Amino acid sequence: MSRHSLCGSFCFELLATLLRGFCTVKNFKFTRQHLLFSLMLVAVLLLPFVTDALLGRGWVRIVDFAMLYIMLALGLNIVVGYAGLLDLGYIAFFAVGAYCYALTGSPHLALAFPMLFPDGLHLSFWLVVPLAALLAGGFGVLLGAPTLRLRGDYLAIVTLGFGEIIRIFMNNLNAPVNLTNGPQGISRIDPISVAGVSLNATQDVFGITLPSVHLYFYLFLGFAALVVFVSHRLEKSRIGRAWMAIREDEIAAASMGINTRNLKLLAFAMGAMFGGVSGTLFAGFQGFVSPESFSLMESIMVLCMVVLGGMGNIYGVILGGLLLALLPEILRHSVVPLQQALFGKTLIDPESLRMLLFGTALIVVMLYRPAGLWPSRVRRRELESDETTV
Amino acid sequence: MEIFLQQIINGLVQGSVYALVALGYTMVYGILGLINFAHGEVVMVGAMLVLSALTAMLGLGVPPLLALPVSLLLAMAGCMLLGYGIERVAYRPLRHAPRLAPLITAIGVSIVLQNLAMMIWGREYHAFPQLINNQPHHIGGAIINDIQIIIVIMAVMIMTGLMAVVHRTRLGRAMRAVAENQHAAQLMGVDINRVISITFMLGSALAAIAGLMVSANYGLAHYYMGFMLGLKAFTAAVLGGIGNLRGAMLGGLLLGLIESLGAGYIGDLTGGFLGSQYQDVFAFFVLIAVLVLRPSGLLGERLAERA
Amino acid sequence: MSFRFVKSLLLAALVLMLASCGKSATDQAAASGDRVVRIGAVAPLTGPQAHLGKDNENGTRMAIDDANAKGIVIGGRKIHFELISEDDQADPKTATIVAQKLVDNEVAGVIGHLNSGTTIPAAKIYSDNGIAQISPSATAVSFTKQGFKTAFRVMANDAQQGQALGEYAVKNLGAKKIAVIDDRTAYGQGLADEFIKAAKAAGGEIVAHEYTSDKSVDFTAVLTAVKGKQPDLLFYGGMDAQGGPMARQLKALALNVKFIMGDGGYTPEFVKLAGVAAEGAYASLPGVPLDKMPGGKAFAERFVAKYQPIQLYAPYCYDAVNVMIAAMQKADSVEPAKYLPALPNISHEGITARIQFDGNGDLKGGAVTLYQVRQGKWQPLETVGADK
Repeated sequence: MSRHSLCGSFCFELLATLLRGFCTVKNFKFTRQHLLFSLMLVAVLLLPFVTDALLGRGWVRIVDFAMLYIMLALGLNIVVGYAGLLDLGYIAFFAVGAYCYALTGSPHLALAFPMLFPDGLHLSFWLVVPLAALLAGGFGVLLGAPTLRLRGDYLAIVTLGFGEIIRIFMNNLNAPVNLTNGPQGISRIDPISVAGVSLNATQDVFGITLPSVHLYFYLFLGFAALVVFVSHRLEKSRIGRAWMAIREDEIAAASMGINTRNLKLLAFAMGAMFGGVSGTLFAGFQGFVSPESFSLMESIMVLCMVVLGGMGNIYGVILGGLLLALLPEILRHSVVPLQQALFGKTLIDPESLRMLLFGTALIVVMLYRPAGLWPSRVRRRELESDETTV
Repeated sequence: MEIFLQQIINGLVQGSVYALVALGYTMVYGILGLINFAHGEVVMVGAMLVLSALTAMLGLGVPPLLALPVSLLLAMAGCMLLGYGIERVAYRPLRHAPRLAPLITAIGVSIVLQNLAMMIWGREYHAFPQLINNQPHHIGGAIINDIQIIIVIMAVMIMTGLMAVVHRTRLGRAMRAVAENQHAAQLMGVDINRVISITFMLGSALAAIAGLMVSANYGLAHYYMGFMLGLKAFTAAVLGGIGNLRGAMLGGLLLGLIESLGAGYIGDLTGGFLGSQYQDVFAFFVLIAVLVLRPSGLLGERLAERA
Repeated sequence: MSFRFVKSLLLAALVLMLASCGKSATDQAAASGDRVVRIGAVAPLTGPQAHLGKDNENGTRMAIDDANAKGIVIGGRKIHFELISEDDQADPKTATIVAQKLVDNEVAGVIGHLNSGTTIPAAKIYSDNGIAQISPSATAVSFTKQGFKTAFRVMANDAQQGQALGEYAVKNLGAKKIAVIDDRTAYGQGLADEFIKAAKAAGGEIVAHEYTSDKSVDFTAVLTAVKGKQPDLLFYGGMDAQGGPMARQLKALALNVKFIMGDGGYTPEFVKLAGVAAEGAYASLPGVPLDKMPGGKAFAERFVAKYQPIQLYAPYCYDAVNVMIAAMQKADSVEPAKYLPALPNISHEGITARIQFDGNGDLKGGAVTLYQVRQGKWQPLETVGADK
């Protein structure tokens, strides 16, 4: 098969996989599982209201960020969990997406090219999302191409380097042409609007008052659901199985006729696209981006979510994302009152204790559940049978 | 010309610092195939311990020339204990776990060590006391001072010392055996747990020396200093071929030279388009280029396809 | 089995969350009939800038303690101010989260944040909710240029300070060939760019512009590159933690230039880290020297007695709180909507300067004082730009 038809067949495969997902709806029967699912759906839909009522709006914002992290973790899960490629620079794609919308959705371009865009570009968010996905995917291939021969830890350091290179460029491309505004970051990014309704202000829908953070929650929820759906379909598809074959044994996979090169590139590209899309959401939500948000620590955090939750298992990764995004905040709020209650005063600085507990949690969870909190079934089976082999 | 010479010296000194830390990474990797991400933090703890011991002893009126080696020994002992503990708690139980699990515990250990250090030694930067009269020497217009000379010599000496240990002693033979095949080594009567523990302790003792060198050279110590240093040293170790002691040295020196020459000259060469703000980009770019051409580093052994 | 584990985990998280939601019980003050007014303070309390963040928190706390001791009456009721301190980790994302939390806690105003990178995104949230935000230390010009009516600062911005520094370097220090290094942070780069503009305008020549990062410790490569250009003055846009070692390495490389920094260098930390190499270094600090202002010296003494030596911005935090309270008194209301209109027209004798705001919320006048290290201590040289 020529390279051309190969790429074509991949695209076809991808489409077919997604379509099949929709087609299963045809012969529908309501079972207990469906009931459980509907209950969960209602619970999730009510989540911002419950959180707002119990804990305050700050927590809704935290949950919003947790949704973003879940999307990121699911994207990285494709690269690390499915294809087994250790990526320590994943946040770069998030950055590409974020800057993509920051540049096209703010007055900033007026500074760089006053002749071309006197007021900046102000593209619609919905136009930027596919653009950002494509661009991030392109960067994914760009990173993947030179690293095809590398494995394990070598791959880790190269991806780490790639992530840093992207960040450094964003931090410095304010000269000679002011493209990214350098370390000052880009502010006044247009808020996202859905069907002409800005998500940045409180809206009344069918008599229900929805503050901005709630609106963003539902938007993020929609995108997260899409990401989950695509991940799910990919996992069960030929592509997904091929990725897992590569993860388990690249040579064996190649000798079974799997085109490891294209599939690895596809994994990088798919993962990067998810990252890019979440980046645009981040930029629109925050209204400000600067290179500080895309540090190495963020990449490490997302990787921790994937590994801690359970590599390769969508629900595990969601759990990991949720836990790691919420844990520091939960600790922030419980450390002082807990100490007050126990000792009557604050003995240890809450901030240092918070990070200390966070680090300890990482260690303890890995010690007792090395495959993650909620590993995929395949992985668990492997681990159990692994005892006897080397 | 003297500027060029000075940049070479800068690169060598910086590179020796990277090499000192990279040796610790590479030793552990060579034997366990594990990135000990917490190594940078052990260097930081080493520096802090030296500083605390030194301040305490100077306060008691101990002469500096006695206080320095004693506090270094104390710090080395402390770091060895720490290294042993880290391996025992965070790595040993995971020896047969999925490959990424120990990476996560290593990150956890880093975070814990950093925050513990912040609690113990505070948030502020600590100035390192100037003990010896740091005499500058002039070589063809360029300047190098005593501490810098000591750093370069130490790096070379420690590397040769380690090479001797690995290739000439019984312990070294056991280390190589464990690196080759843990099960076979065990069958041959090698106590692999002991060998691995000793490796970690050796690496950590080196970290204490590196910590002293770094903080004496730059005149400061801080709970956050381990992170960047560890990252750079890790890059250096991979550049040279991780697992290879000579490679760590070569990678460290090369990285130091790339950084100093890159920062010094790229700006002029590209007419100011790229400057020292891209210092780290050069380093990573060279790393990627090297790895693309030689996927296991400059001096790395050609790993069998199934590593 | 794993499912049960997950469930118990989620349960534990929920319990913790609920435990944390109980809003911190307000103290006896509320019971005794005083009106409790919450003031938020945000700064990085963890990470490399934690020492500065703690300093900010202490400055704010001291002002609030003082105000409570005075027993201020607004709107006919005695007011008890309560500090809510948050850690933004110098991270923009966390900054918006804590900003939202302060809004939830119905703070009357916010003193913060420390860094420009966190202050700018947080400003949007305060503005959306109509809460006054006075930053003690964010100097990026764009902070007050976003068109928010709620954003103020009590510190000269980069443009004001860079202008003063650039002119001083050329006119007073007689620099002709100037080298600049910045640390590629929003603060360092912003200040360095404004410095360059001003120095060029005053007739100086920029012979080198090199860069480092706020995590570096080794500057020999860039300093050697600077040495090759033979400047007579070096400006560093960055913080003390890098400036100190840089001054040391300057001496070690026998690069004999005048060394000048912005407010990030004016700290005891700089002198400590640079050692003998600190001698003769210059730094600027917006405002007037503390002991020249009424109450300034007393503040410094009390602060040291209560906490630790002033790192940097504590006096500005102190002023920021007092300006806010002054506006409340003027409007005779603690409601943000009522006292906000009073803020732009306030004139307050602070301990760092007389504080008045211009149309953007920037400090009017923006006096900048230059200091030099002499015998291991920062000594004021002169105050410039006060009457512009």
